[in-house]
Amino acid sequence: MSLLEAKHITKGYDGRTIIQDISIHLETGELISLLGLSGSGKTTLFQVLSGLTRPEEGEVFLDGREITGKPGAVSYMLQKDLLLPHKKVIDNVSLPLVLKGMKKKDAREVADRFFAEFGLDGYQDKYPDRMSGGMRQRAAFLRTYLSTMVQTDDVPGLDTAALAGADPGGAGRNPAAHGAALLDEPFSALDTITKGQLHTWYLEMMQRIRLSTIFITHDIDEAILLSDRIYLMTGRPGVIDHEIRILPPREQRKEFNLTQAFLAYKKQIIQILGTAESA
Amino acid sequence: MKERSGNITRKLPAAITLVLIAVLWELLCISGAVPAYMLPSPVAVVKAFIQDFPTLMFHAATTLQEAAWGLLTGILLAFVMATLMDRFMILERAWYPLMIITQTIPTIAIAPLLVLWMGFGMAPKITLVVITTFFPIAVGLLDGYRSVDQDAVSLMRAMGANRVQIFRHVKFPSALGHFFAGLKISASYAVVGAVISEWLGGFEGLGVYMTRVKKAYAFDKMFAVIFLIVIISLLLMALVNLLRDLAMPWTAGRDE
Repeated sequence: MSLLEAKHITKGYDGRTIIQDISIHLETGELISLLGLSGSGKTTLFQVLSGLTRPEEGEVFLDGREITGKPGAVSYMLQKDLLLPHKKVIDNVSLPLVLKGMKKKDAREVADRFFAEFGLDGYQDKYPDRMSGGMRQRAAFLRTYLSTMVQTDDVPGLDTAALAGADPGGAGRNPAAHGAALLDEPFSALDTITKGQLHTWYLEMMQRIRLSTIFITHDIDEAILLSDRIYLMTGRPGVIDHEIRILPPREQRKEFNLTQAFLAYKKQIIQILGTAESA
Repeated sequence: MKERSGNITRKLPAAITLVLIAVLWELLCISGAVPAYMLPSPVAVVKAFIQDFPTLMFHAATTLQEAAWGLLTGILLAFVMATLMDRFMILERAWYPLMIITQTIPTIAIAPLLVLWMGFGMAPKITLVVITTFFPIAVGLLDGYRSVDQDAVSLMRAMGANRVQIFRHVKFPSALGHFFAGLKISASYAVVGAVISEWLGGFEGLGVYMTRVKKAYAFDKMFAVIFLIVIISLLLMALVNLLRDLAMPWTAGRDE
């Protein structure tokens, strides 16, 4: 069974269909990318997957449980980091725990354990505007990650005991949590160097904390470097007509972007997107 | 420390201008160009202020109480109205025009009516202060609620937040800046509003005292009252700034 699965999703606004009959799936531990031209409905698809909007047709399942139109089940990181300027970094990051009913003090304690791991140590009591773009993004990741730990929407009474034992190694992770995250262009606002650093860091983190990710990107290189699979979204209304599997395992992709194989993937993708555009 | 000295340098031009105006005024009075019964000299005003100080304080206490009760009620009313109007579209449609109309009613015109209806005590004064102060705060809050980043609201929903949580964690804090901007205006209105309503009837208060000294043509005393009202209003606005910095530590000392 897939961790996250969307079946035959159709969604439009004001009588105009934005995405049509889209089916995608995310396996545990996978990182997949949605790559497509602007306006192909990627963000709309994310809004459906996250439950923020209900599709006209189709269903979304998380671990076999239907979550169509139910927000709070899948973590969603929007394009902007959206750290709340009025909350200290630690309160921003621990917000998903507080929203699920954890006491502020306990939530802070849980979040605090991850600060070093996420390279944010020392910034707990600062306000977000004191951080660089890369740091803000890492803080947003940490918040997204902590919200995956409490993806227990239908489970009455959050198991705070299990959470309190949570540690950065993930060993004490709440067993009810699945760890599916949707990231909408998380790296797009960063400069090339910071972006590269964050790529490496994110892949490492994902494995350590056992997170499965779908992410939206416009950057073909980024998609090839990071993903297990790439869905190509084209057309208006947007459809997914190609799925590309990137064969070398993610761990062995150091300098992968300098190889022939990489270029072949890139060529294939550009060709598909280009033909779709001119059609 | 550095910020403080910077602050003083920034305020220096305004202080010098004020002193210059006072000196010019004094010279004008000494030269005899303006007769003393029409415009008292600054020195005479200060003398009157010191001489009258106990009386002034007695009346100021009443005015301040009216202003404070009126302002507090105004804040409460503004908060309840703005929050309900933000939550229920229909209430916004119903109330917004009404709110505007209350602001077009000339204060001087309804003050005597209020006195007629509510007597010569504090009630009509407080009512008038409420009418003048709730509007800037309510509008500020409404704008604040609307200025909220819709993506932040989406994010909150994606994290499973309910309406109350969204209000508490995102909407209200983002409206605070607008709220304090409105409150600053209202705080200065509050004292003036109380004084105006006292003109039209009452037993004590700066406005009552003002009409009394005016009838006696004691213009030096009259100016002393005006002087006091200005000081009180400035202090109230400073208090609002202080409260804002306390309530919004993330912006403290960043602007102005």
